[in-house]
Amino acid sequence: MADLLVQFFQWAFGVTLAPWLATISGIVVGILAIVLPLLIVVAMSVYMDRKVWAGMQMRRGPNVVGPWGLLQSFADGLKLFLKETIIPASANKFIFLLAPALTFLLALVAWAVIPFDVGVVLADLNVGILYLFAISSLGVYGIILSGWASNSRYAFLGALRCSAQMVSYEVSIGFVLVTVLMTAGSLNLSEIIMAQKDVFWGVNGYWFTPLFPMMIVFFISALAETNRPPFDLPEAEAEIVAGYQVEYSSMAFALFFLGEYANIILMSAMTSILFLGGWLPPVDWAPLYIIPGWIWFFGKIFFVFFVFAWVKATVPRYRYDQLMRLGWKVFLPISLLWVVLTGLFLLLTDKIPA
Amino acid sequence: MMLIKHAARTFLLSEFVKAMWLTFRYMFRPKATINYPYEKGPLSPRFRGEHALRRYANGEERCIACKLCEAICPAQAITIEAAEAPDGSRRTTRYDIDMTKCIYCGYCQEACPVEAIVEGPNFEFATETREELFYNKDKLLKNGDMWEQEIATNIKLDAPYR
Repeated sequence: MADLLVQFFQWAFGVTLAPWLATISGIVVGILAIVLPLLIVVAMSVYMDRKVWAGMQMRRGPNVVGPWGLLQSFADGLKLFLKETIIPASANKFIFLLAPALTFLLALVAWAVIPFDVGVVLADLNVGILYLFAISSLGVYGIILSGWASNSRYAFLGALRCSAQMVSYEVSIGFVLVTVLMTAGSLNLSEIIMAQKDVFWGVNGYWFTPLFPMMIVFFISALAETNRPPFDLPEAEAEIVAGYQVEYSSMAFALFFLGEYANIILMSAMTSILFLGGWLPPVDWAPLYIIPGWIWFFGKIFFVFFVFAWVKATVPRYRYDQLMRLGWKVFLPISLLWVVLTGLFLLLTDKIPA
Repeated sequence: MMLIKHAARTFLLSEFVKAMWLTFRYMFRPKATINYPYEKGPLSPRFRGEHALRRYANGEERCIACKLCEAICPAQAITIEAAEAPDGSRRTTRYDIDMTKCIYCGYCQEACPVEAIVEGPNFEFATETREELFYNKDKLLKNGDMWEQEIATNIKLDAPYR
């Protein structure tokens, strides 16, 4: 990116950029190239979510703003933007405003290591998966800070529920990641994708291997991690109004909302990278490689997001004890067992990647 | 055996898969909702919507200021003042309905001996301010003129059942 910028400036203005300037501006352009489309995708994903949800309930969903209601999210965003930000009198002002910003920031920062195509990645970290795991764990902070700073019972209960839930499901997500990276032999996301090339009978992606149950565990944990139905207890309307978001309005609320959906898309992207083969076509067949990798990647994210919306329309909300039971007594043993089995399998068949 | 069956059902998420397949099929069903602002559901001729004061075909007000509607109104939303008109007939000088009090029971319409006050088929009369919902005689007469055709049809359709 930096080299391209230097060439561009040379060609357009006849100036040679200083190397440090080229590096920095290269990074900034890269960030913008990821964040701006991402925000549009987030807006459209809200629309898609609502449409899928409506369709499965035999409703129409948003269909007034713009063609087929496509601009609904932008109208909603504008509405939120024009509203007044209300800060409760007893709230801790600084933390109250910091929390949504933090949530939003963390949801965006994680995208730095996501590879969109061969070599198209902002930061090709060799511990990309650890970075992602760390960032998604930090996401708890935005929520617990908002719950605490709101100085409201509903918000506090919501934040407590949310942090307990996220911490519980991160454990099983962690073990699922371990199985994947043992099989792939790398922590780098691009290498994990390349390791999934032609795993069995020309099919790309670990979903076609005995890791399939892990994909299901990962997906369900991702639902819990992003507070999506059926695990949306932190914002259960019937019990605690809107949970940690209850005191938020205007842009602060919008940031939470955007962050939430950006996290959902991130989880969809992680599912596609870890199990569906990222930017690889579904099968290892040469003509399919003509279609650019990012289109395959986008398609897979689209599919996983559709399943997210689909689950939301299908499954009723869990009770809190059921949620905890599922996390600790079902997913944790299963994923732990699968770590052991995968390790044994790789050891016995001498397939441990170098 | 039951235990194995149960365990298999749990671990294979078969009930979830079934439910998801069901919702997926529902997505392609015809929509149960109507496209509201552009499409509206059918209304009964007896529908009790926004109030209107009607006139006779020659333009004369039907209302004779008998105050039966005011008397029967359970929400006490109607206020009437009456005086003698220049032609010697008894007429209202004031006919107010507080639409924020009204419970749309239709008793005023039932009580009226001359079919002057009626509840028309209009239900889309939301306003931006509360004050706009305090209807006076002018507003009610205007409604009557605007909705006369629909109201007359509805009264005719409902007449056999009265």
